[in-house]
Amino acid sequence: MLAFTLRRAIQAIGVMIAVGVIAFSMFRFAGDPVNQIVSLDTPAAEREAVRKSLGLDDPVPVQFARYFGNAAQFKFGVSYQFRQPVSNLLMERMPATLELAACATVLAMVFGILMGVYSALRRDTILTKFFQAVSLIGISLPTFLIGILLIYLFSVTLGWLPSFGRGDVVRIGWWTTGLLTLSGLKALIMPSITLGLFQMTLIMRLVRAEMLEVLRTDYIRFARARGLTTRAIHFGHALKNTLVPVITVAGLQFGSVIAFAIITETVFQWPGMGLLFVQAVQNVDIPIMAAYLLMVSLIFVTINLVVDILYTVVDPRLRSTIRRPA
Amino acid sequence: MSARQTLLAAATASILALAMAPASAQSLRYANQGDLKSLDPYTLNETTTHAHLGHVYEGLIARDKDLKIVPALAESWETPEPTRWRFHLRKGVKFQNGDPFTADDVVFSAERVRKKGSNLQTRIPADAKVVKVDDYTVDFILTSPNPILNSQWDTWYIMDKKWAEANNAVEPTPAAATAPSFASLNANGTGPFTVESHQPGVKTVYKANPNWWRKPEHNLKEIVFTPIGSDATRVAALLSGEVDVVEPVPIQDITRVDSSPSAQVLKGPEIRTIFLGMDQVRDELLYSNVKGKNPFKDVKVREAFFKAIDVELIKTRVMRGLSTPSALMIAPQLFKLSGDFTRPKFDPDGAKKLLTEAGYPDGFEVTMDCPNDRYVNDAAICQAVVGMLARIGVKVTLLAQPKAQYFAKVLKPGGYQTSFYLLGWTPGTLDSHNVLFDIMGCRDDPKSARGEANLGGYCNKKLDELTDKVLQESDTTKRDLLIKQAFEIAAKDFAYIPLHQQALAWGVSKKVKLSQRADNQVLLYWATKQD
Amino acid sequence: MSDAVVPHRVEPNTPTARAGTNWLRRALDSDIFYSFRRSRMTMVAAAITVLFFLLAIFASQLAVQNPFDPAQLQLMNSRISPIWTAEGQTPFLLGTDEQGRDVFSAILYGLRISLVVGVLGVILAGTLGITLGLIAGYVGGAVDGLIMRIADVQLTFPAILIALLVNGVAKSVLGNRLDAMSTLGVLVIAIGLSFWVQYARTVRGSVMVEKNKDYVAAAQLIGLPAPKIMLRHVLPNAMGPILVIATINLALAIITEATLSFLGAGMPDTMPSLGTLIRIGNNYLFAGEWWIVAFPGLALAGLILSINLLGDWLRDALNPKLR
Repeated sequence: MLAFTLRRAIQAIGVMIAVGVIAFSMFRFAGDPVNQIVSLDTPAAEREAVRKSLGLDDPVPVQFARYFGNAAQFKFGVSYQFRQPVSNLLMERMPATLELAACATVLAMVFGILMGVYSALRRDTILTKFFQAVSLIGISLPTFLIGILLIYLFSVTLGWLPSFGRGDVVRIGWWTTGLLTLSGLKALIMPSITLGLFQMTLIMRLVRAEMLEVLRTDYIRFARARGLTTRAIHFGHALKNTLVPVITVAGLQFGSVIAFAIITETVFQWPGMGLLFVQAVQNVDIPIMAAYLLMVSLIFVTINLVVDILYTVVDPRLRSTIRRPA
Repeated sequence: MSARQTLLAAATASILALAMAPASAQSLRYANQGDLKSLDPYTLNETTTHAHLGHVYEGLIARDKDLKIVPALAESWETPEPTRWRFHLRKGVKFQNGDPFTADDVVFSAERVRKKGSNLQTRIPADAKVVKVDDYTVDFILTSPNPILNSQWDTWYIMDKKWAEANNAVEPTPAAATAPSFASLNANGTGPFTVESHQPGVKTVYKANPNWWRKPEHNLKEIVFTPIGSDATRVAALLSGEVDVVEPVPIQDITRVDSSPSAQVLKGPEIRTIFLGMDQVRDELLYSNVKGKNPFKDVKVREAFFKAIDVELIKTRVMRGLSTPSALMIAPQLFKLSGDFTRPKFDPDGAKKLLTEAGYPDGFEVTMDCPNDRYVNDAAICQAVVGMLARIGVKVTLLAQPKAQYFAKVLKPGGYQTSFYLLGWTPGTLDSHNVLFDIMGCRDDPKSARGEANLGGYCNKKLDELTDKVLQESDTTKRDLLIKQAFEIAAKDFAYIPLHQQALAWGVSKKVKLSQRADNQVLLYWATKQD
Repeated sequence: MSDAVVPHRVEPNTPTARAGTNWLRRALDSDIFYSFRRSRMTMVAAAITVLFFLLAIFASQLAVQNPFDPAQLQLMNSRISPIWTAEGQTPFLLGTDEQGRDVFSAILYGLRISLVVGVLGVILAGTLGITLGLIAGYVGGAVDGLIMRIADVQLTFPAILIALLVNGVAKSVLGNRLDAMSTLGVLVIAIGLSFWVQYARTVRGSVMVEKNKDYVAAAQLIGLPAPKIMLRHVLPNAMGPILVIATINLALAIITEATLSFLGAGMPDTMPSLGTLIRIGNNYLFAGEWWIVAFPGLALAGLILSINLLGDWLRDALNPKLR
């Protein structure tokens, strides 16, 4: 067990190094950061000086070694746009993203499980058909379209919910939270729905499929034969059996929820890491882009590692991974 | 990691706690497409940054609502001889930390703005001497006359020498700084507002400065600034009343904003000129099917392009009426004799004929470079141009890119890699000389900065001679005539295809009254807000 | 990618379908076709999918203009509302956009791009994933470890990030030579590289199960080469799940392309896909020019919805436990 864990951990580090190489080499060539820093009529000599001071003149391997050495100590350099340490900016933005991702996940779990259980037990009711329609829409409408629709409906037309930002936030230590103010909670609603809709669909389908499968198994039949009530069978046995894979999948998906928050954050101007990343891409802010990719990868690899280790204990069928669209 | 972050978090914690204070009635919420990137006033020579910092800092001069130069920290000035400018400073002005404003601060700021790392080095000639005469008088001694010396000083903000020295901020923060400096995170000016908190990319809060030397026109307690990059979100925020002022409003949304009960759009002509340029310097175009020669070297081809483009149609359809077609490469507000110029008429048949005469009866192929996130409807304008040129047989491949990639390709550091492009230009000095020198000057002397933004390499020595005379001439009438002569040469050469001056469009809540300035600086110290 | 419409194409009564010997026909035996005919929703979805494919194939015949040809666009005709509204004009059925581009024609051509990118992307992802999955499962050991680690790295990035990455690399490599057509290629590669992992994992899984079975041992014993065993005997066993993945992936690929184009990293404005049309149209939504975004949005949603419905049905139909 220890050897397995160790091997996985070493592999995870290898993955991180590979990601580092990819992240660095991609963004080194994506655009010219010098143009972002100086203005249109800055003399060429000055531009060259800026280029030199950024170390963009050094050979690429040197630039990479320098970057990676620093990144290993969580020093991602200074953002070209903001002139602040990237680690500082990321930490400032991280609570926003994690809060949004967590809310979206909770929302997805609660409604996904409820809808999944219902549609597995009452297979032909109108409500089930409706849930299935919602779930189809959930995977068939691109995230950005859903966000635009919600804003158009609830902010512009009805004026009920704020269209952008986090509202008022409260600071607790280095963490900022929007969960303690009314405007913060209101601001969370639409982005969470937008981000969580796909997860909800996924979980609903998973729960439904698992429930249907479990309900067919011998031990449920046996439970029925023992004369247990339907309720006890459904919730005491069937649902309990479904929850393990559901929670595992939700856990595995948390990393990609964070990554996919990029689109939601862009649509709602949510001041999280995803928006920071998109702005960085637009402004060719190499330090932020590379740091973001490494951070997301780190979160993802950590989750994967934990899940991998848990695999030895839990059902190996869960290995099939479910990807989500944009 | 956590130790580092805890420290950093603790440092910003107190500032942020204040930012979360509940909004009051006279709190103005403002959203801009772009962000405030640094608080150091010499880091970035850019309109939005200047406008932001103009709430906190002030220059020796200011520009009023009509862009006229007016006294600010200098009460008056004179030029006893053409190479000596004397400025009399305002007495009794205090910086926001309580330090008095004196000549020392001006001398210090003049040094700092010209130091390595400053992005505003050209504000004062490098060889000019700045001399303190007494506590409230400063002389600027030049090596050659310069009638427009102070034209950009409204954004040369005066900093506090004592404060800078005490906080290790004597050196300007270079744009490429690898560590945030004190001055990039803190501000101490003489202006109407103080920076209460600054969270880059998220929120900046300004508080009214109760000790400002001038009587405020505004009735604001604070300004809360949020950058909102997405057009749709920004407009939605205005319409739903979450913000009071937004800049810019995309032109297609103007009608909707105007028809809403709560907000309206302030419109006006901007002084930026949008134009098309052509590579006239290479012997063979980089991106064309014409080999062995450069069609744009032929003035007939340039004229044909000029006449094939229907600016009026672009105005009505792409710009929805919000542009001013331009005959010149400078906005009419900035050059008195603009009225003497008219645009050659749209004439596709004539254009076709010219192309045939030039030896291209079936047109040719060329690639056009265009930014798609820089100017109002830039990519749409380019697409329209492509369609219009298609009608005279020129097949244009459009390469519309985000500004980062676009500028990297077409500007000097990228080697002017373009054959045909769209660009916008606001002369920083608000003066024609800048256009003649930067955009129309020959770039054959690699040591000179002349023509650095002349991406197509247009060159006419006669124009350059006039440009040099313009700089020295201090008699305005004579000077204007020289400028006119130079612009006539450019027009005859079809050096560029000026399209239009785009319009300003600010979204403003009906509760707010605001003045709009043509250089697109959103200055909220002229704003009043009702309850 | 024809997988999505395959069920529709197979005529139940023709002897060829019955007597079909290849894996595809075996996978689609009468049992499955029976379930297809029983589900009205699936039939509608299949019909709509086929309709979308037909619209895309015959786009140049059905469109009133070629929206990719700037010479055919008249700026004079910009922003005309749909034909049934007061300001509507013939021949612009669904109105025009800000460049005078007929929205209906643009949807047809955009559909073509979305489908080409989606189908080619899925084929690329499938080929890549199946090959790597077979190799990983069959060879095992260090090769398996390596491929699955690569899959892990890959999973670290969601599809959209990988696609952005491929796009960025292509931009720097191709630079100025990156025209609309090569952008199309880049999108296909981006999507292909984003979605192969699922195939690889599925195939690897079934290879691991199958390779210990007697028939494989027997085949090895009589000296059949490994590639042959894998392709002829092992792969057909995994074909059912692969088909399901491919169908669902087609929908994902189309969404990914649309999102990339929406973020401005996909098809250019001069050669718009559905995603590009939505990005452009979104700018005009507040202005009341809803048709520029609404119809491409509906087309995209309808296309993905019907493909997803087909995928759902296929999954259920191929899973005997749910039948």
